[in-house]
Amino acid sequence: MNLDFTEQENAFRAECRSWLEANVPKHSLPSGDTREGYALHLEWERKLFDAGWSCVSWPKQYGGREASLYEWLIFEEEYYRVQAPSRVTQNGIFLLAPTIFEFGTEAQKERILRPMARGDLSIAQAWSEPNAGSDLASLKSTAKRTEGGWLLTGQKTWSTRGAFSDMAYGLFRTDPSKSRHKGLTYFLFPLTGEGVTVRGVDRLDGDEGFAELFLEDLFVPDENIIGEVDKGWEVAMATTSSERGLSLRSPGRFMATAARLVDLFRRYRETCDPALRDQVVDAWMGAQAYRWYTFKSVTDMLNGKPIGAESSLNKVFWSEMDVRTHETALAILEQGACLDEGSAAADDEGAWIKGFQFALAGPIYAGTNEIQRNIAAQRVLGLPRG
Amino acid sequence: MHFAFSEDQTLLRDTVRDVLSKECTPEVVRRVWTGDNAERAPVWGTLAENGFVGMAASEDAGGMGMSEVDLALVLEEAGYAGLTGPIVETALAGLPLLETLGAGGPHASWIERVAGGEASLALCFEGQLLALHAPLADLLLVARGDALYAVPRADAGLAPQVAVDRATSVATLAYEPQAAHLVAQGPAAQAAIQLAYERAALGNACVLVGLARRMLDMAVAYAKDREQFGKPIGTQQAVQHHLANAAGRIAFAQPVVYRAAWALANRDRGGDETRTEAELAVSTAKIYAEEAGRVAARIALQVHGAIGYTIECDLHFFMKRVWTIAPFYGTSAAHRARIGAHIL
Ligand SMILES: Cc1cc2nc3c(=O)[nH]c(=O)nc-3n(C[C@H](O)[C@H](O)[C@H](O)COP(=O)(O)OP(=O)(O)OC[C@H]3O[C@@H](n4cnc5c(N)ncnc54)[C@H](O)[C@@H]3O)c2cc1C
Repeated sequence: MNLDFTEQENAFRAECRSWLEANVPKHSLPSGDTREGYALHLEWERKLFDAGWSCVSWPKQYGGREASLYEWLIFEEEYYRVQAPSRVTQNGIFLLAPTIFEFGTEAQKERILRPMARGDLSIAQAWSEPNAGSDLASLKSTAKRTEGGWLLTGQKTWSTRGAFSDMAYGLFRTDPSKSRHKGLTYFLFPLTGEGVTVRGVDRLDGDEGFAELFLEDLFVPDENIIGEVDKGWEVAMATTSSERGLSLRSPGRFMATAARLVDLFRRYRETCDPALRDQVVDAWMGAQAYRWYTFKSVTDMLNGKPIGAESSLNKVFWSEMDVRTHETALAILEQGACLDEGSAAADDEGAWIKGFQFALAGPIYAGTNEIQRNIAAQRVLGLPRG
Repeated sequence: MHFAFSEDQTLLRDTVRDVLSKECTPEVVRRVWTGDNAERAPVWGTLAENGFVGMAASEDAGGMGMSEVDLALVLEEAGYAGLTGPIVETALAGLPLLETLGAGGPHASWIERVAGGEASLALCFEGQLLALHAPLADLLLVARGDALYAVPRADAGLAPQVAVDRATSVATLAYEPQAAHLVAQGPAAQAAIQLAYERAALGNACVLVGLARRMLDMAVAYAKDREQFGKPIGTQQAVQHHLANAAGRIAFAQPVVYRAAWALANRDRGGDETRTEAELAVSTAKIYAEEAGRVAARIALQVHGAIGYTIECDLHFFMKRVWTIAPFYGTSAAHRARIGAHIL
């Protein structure tokens, strides 16, 4: 056990810190979940990519710098520390990419990874359907064989930033004689052109962050299938474990939120309820605990012990911690907590109430926490299915 | 960065686990629970023979010079087995303290006796009204200001009390410092006492994690076995979610505790900064482990239903152990305050 960073890791941290400090936009960009903000965020993604910081752990040939997983976590800590723009491409670069690395053909890697990492090709996630949420295997969208490809039909929903993306990835039933997890195929499909209609949906916080996707005989060539036909469920599961495990929510994000909370408490300590002090300490500890849990998971992974179903406990932890941290901030702000962005008197431009609303989504997306607890009980503890 | 125990460390853990699973069975804990003081540390002899008690002492003193990281997993196993007696106080905190301050002095003869398992230690830090395990320990290490006293049990003014965990002895003490007991005084003594406090808090955290794991295992086994409505209660989602919650507490307490062990073992590598970091890590570990223990106790009891609410069921040993040891070496409130004073 050695919990110090190596010289190389420290040098890596220094290098990303100095680049980020010199390059992060001086004023925060408008929300990446709005059309205008999204475009500005893509410009930032290009800048990141061109300097080699977009996907640090990727192979060099796709624009990465072959950083270790520890270094990736260090990058994330530095990224959030300077409050750099949120990664609007994350559902592609963090959730689709691991699947492409594992299941994609060489041609797919060439075609997709680099443009995606540069923000030139943005790809949204399209798992959910109106009647298939937690029970994803009950999905109804179909793909019918046609000359040189497939015709996709159905409806997907809650696709994050789908209204601004070029493409999406999702599951479609290719074998109508099979049910549930069998006979599904993993497709990449365009979000523009004939056969597809995209409708933005405003989220709780007012941003147009969601999209509904309506597909009617949308043509997709064979080369857009990831993995084998009818084996889409297995392929998709590889992505969901990255989503719950490491890649979606790295500790740097929560460490930065905890640091902002500490700063907020210091500014309001004379006026706020002194009992909130312990809650601030709890938020700080939660971020620390998540950090060390994650470093340990990475060592385990590198030692050949993948995180597996324990990623469900991980997802419950960070999402509930994030809600409590934001609740504490709102309690510190007292009446000021109600002020939304655009309000002159709002502390930090209303970031806490905005962040609170998004934190409330944490226990819902990436598989609800109820589902995560089911998984943990059955696959970590070995309890029988009901 | 490399966050894993070495093969030697996990091997040591497996050995201790093996010994304890054979010798520190629930029946043995039950005997201690109902027996007299003389029987309160039944497995101590075997542990001492295997060198587990003196592990942290230097090789000169008959130990193995082992660190907090080496001991962390051993103490977790001690918690898991419900081992009775002052293992944390003796092996992790007291013995190195006695060796640091007492070697070459009038109390030096105790060091080898303790390292060899012939004598055990209890700790009493400033402001502590009760001393855990004191009625059982041969020597009490009593800290007053910047002075450490080594007090034979008979001289400590002990008044044994009854802890909710009958297998753990506690006493109040009315001790007036005597020159004959003085081990050391001054800044070096104070620093060593502070370090012993950190080690005791860390050791307690390790034991609490072990206790939490044990109660979760018992509850999971019970949930698979007990049937109601024609199927195991463990198929019910409400029961599953309770158990998943306990598992989550443990999964996050473990790395926090291991990291604290490492930070404490390597506290001096970066001067004051790393010493402070170690203190904050120990406080976080104590809070997380205590919470894991308390939550696991509550959930395990709930999952057991009424049978868990009897002293026929072994569960109560582990629950009551948590309630008994958790307030020692810094309550969660005290540790939160310590973190708050530093970060806020
Ligand atoms: C901010 C946000 C972003 C999202 N982004 C995307 C995206 O980019 N792409 C995408 O495809 N989807 C996305 N989603 C959708 C998300 O994946 C689903 O919301 C989620 O899978 C739950 O499905 P549902 O909303 O249909 O809820 P339902 O499945 O209808 O569940 C409703 C409630 O019932 C509970 N429940 C359901 N089944 C069980 C059970 N077996 N046991 C216990 N409780 C149960 C749930 O836990 C929940 O509390 C996003 C959601 C949010 C909030």
